[in-house]
Amino acid sequence: MLEMDYSPLILSLKVAAISTFFVFVVGVMIAYYVAKRDFFGKSILEALFLLPLVLPPTVVGFGLLVLFGKNGWIGSWLLEWFDFQIVFTWIGAVIASIVVSFPLMYQSAAAAFESLDERLSNAARTMGASEWRVFYTIVFPLAWPGLLAGLVLSFARGLGEFGATLMLAGYIPGKTDTIPMAIYFAVESGQMEKATFWVMIIITFGFSLILWVNWWSKRNIRRFTRT
Amino acid sequence: MKRFLFSVLVIILSALFVGCSATDKKPNEEVELLISAAASLTDALEELKGPFEEKHEGIRLTYNFGSSGKLATNIENGAPSDVFLSASTKDMNSMEEKGLIDNESRKVFASNALVLIAPKDSAIEIASFEDIDLAAIAHLAVGEPASVPVGRYTKETLETLDLWEPLQEKLVLGSDVRQVLTYVEMGNADAGVVYSSDAFMSDDVNVLAESNAAWHAPIVYPGAVVKDSKHQQAAQQFLDYVTSDAGMETLRKFGFK
Repeated sequence: MLEMDYSPLILSLKVAAISTFFVFVVGVMIAYYVAKRDFFGKSILEALFLLPLVLPPTVVGFGLLVLFGKNGWIGSWLLEWFDFQIVFTWIGAVIASIVVSFPLMYQSAAAAFESLDERLSNAARTMGASEWRVFYTIVFPLAWPGLLAGLVLSFARGLGEFGATLMLAGYIPGKTDTIPMAIYFAVESGQMEKATFWVMIIITFGFSLILWVNWWSKRNIRRFTRT
Repeated sequence: MKRFLFSVLVIILSALFVGCSATDKKPNEEVELLISAAASLTDALEELKGPFEEKHEGIRLTYNFGSSGKLATNIENGAPSDVFLSASTKDMNSMEEKGLIDNESRKVFASNALVLIAPKDSAIEIASFEDIDLAAIAHLAVGEPASVPVGRYTKETLETLDLWEPLQEKLVLGSDVRQVLTYVEMGNADAGVVYSSDAFMSDDVNVLAESNAAWHAPIVYPGAVVKDSKHQQAAQQFLDYVTSDAGMETLRKFGFK
């Protein structure tokens, strides 16, 4: 076995975990708010949320550079007021991951909330439960299988993000080299052994995640239908 | 719905196959030459395309630009290609060793120099490579040294000047020379190292310094016909055109030497 540097694995897990955390919290909140309401421009708003799913990563990366670049709208502001730079840092990788995995979380959460029986929540409300209590004792547990699917998909997507990340976070060994980045540059420089190693890791990860979610949801659907 | 999508897929695929076999059967009518070229040659070769196709009727050029290392890997793995125009002797040598190019056809068609660049509005004042001020630079964009030739020359240069190690934390490695240029053009990297031909073409960067040719291996561009090419003759014609007076003039116009 050749000498391996495991920092890409740790960095990838860190980036995916942090981005998934934000995507989960924000995605669930927005989906809960939007799913049950009808308002002017809802479909346009939803299309906007899902847009990163269909755009090429380079377009997402370009947009992020325009926003967060040193001369970008938000980037120049952050630099001026907080002396904080997003481009070429691992935070940039987190932001890229958040943007590309948000649609997956949003869609799973919206579908989960929409399929809930509103009468259960209303029954709780007639008994004087607050909106927050309705959410965490009824809505959240019932929607959990759908939310978990979204969570896992977002995590896997964040782990694999490459295009937008390369544009925003750049490739700085030891700082912003996620696994997909390590694979790309290993292939480019003909280090096939190194590339194969990381490819196997990513495949193993993705495969076990999907396997586990499928197994978990099947088991739970059985449990829900039995009662 | 599934069946519909499937039939659409079948139609698209069969159209592709028909398309492929049709061009294979009629070599006399029009030859499509696939040119795998180093990214730094992009503008010069685009300019060459028109005059060449006019002069050689029946030959159409299709370019595939990328870092020389990546292109070499692609060709090695069977990507179709007729001519390989490399930015590095090393990649061409490894192709030659593996018997992937026609050795007879190999020749050097251009040379280049390294320059240190900064964004147009930058306040950084560096007069030469030796004076690179570690404190003034947060991010220096360079090519990835293992796969991008400009990165390897940059590494050699900075190693000669004992700057490679101290700069480690600040190096942003681009996947090809154009990306390095873009990092600097957009102002995200404080400085970068590219070929003089790239800096020459950009309105958004200032050239701060040129490297000394003694600091790195000579930057020459070797080109060759790919051995597996089905259009050996047309490929040779293209290579000859690049090294002709007209071709050389175009290359010079874009900052090559």
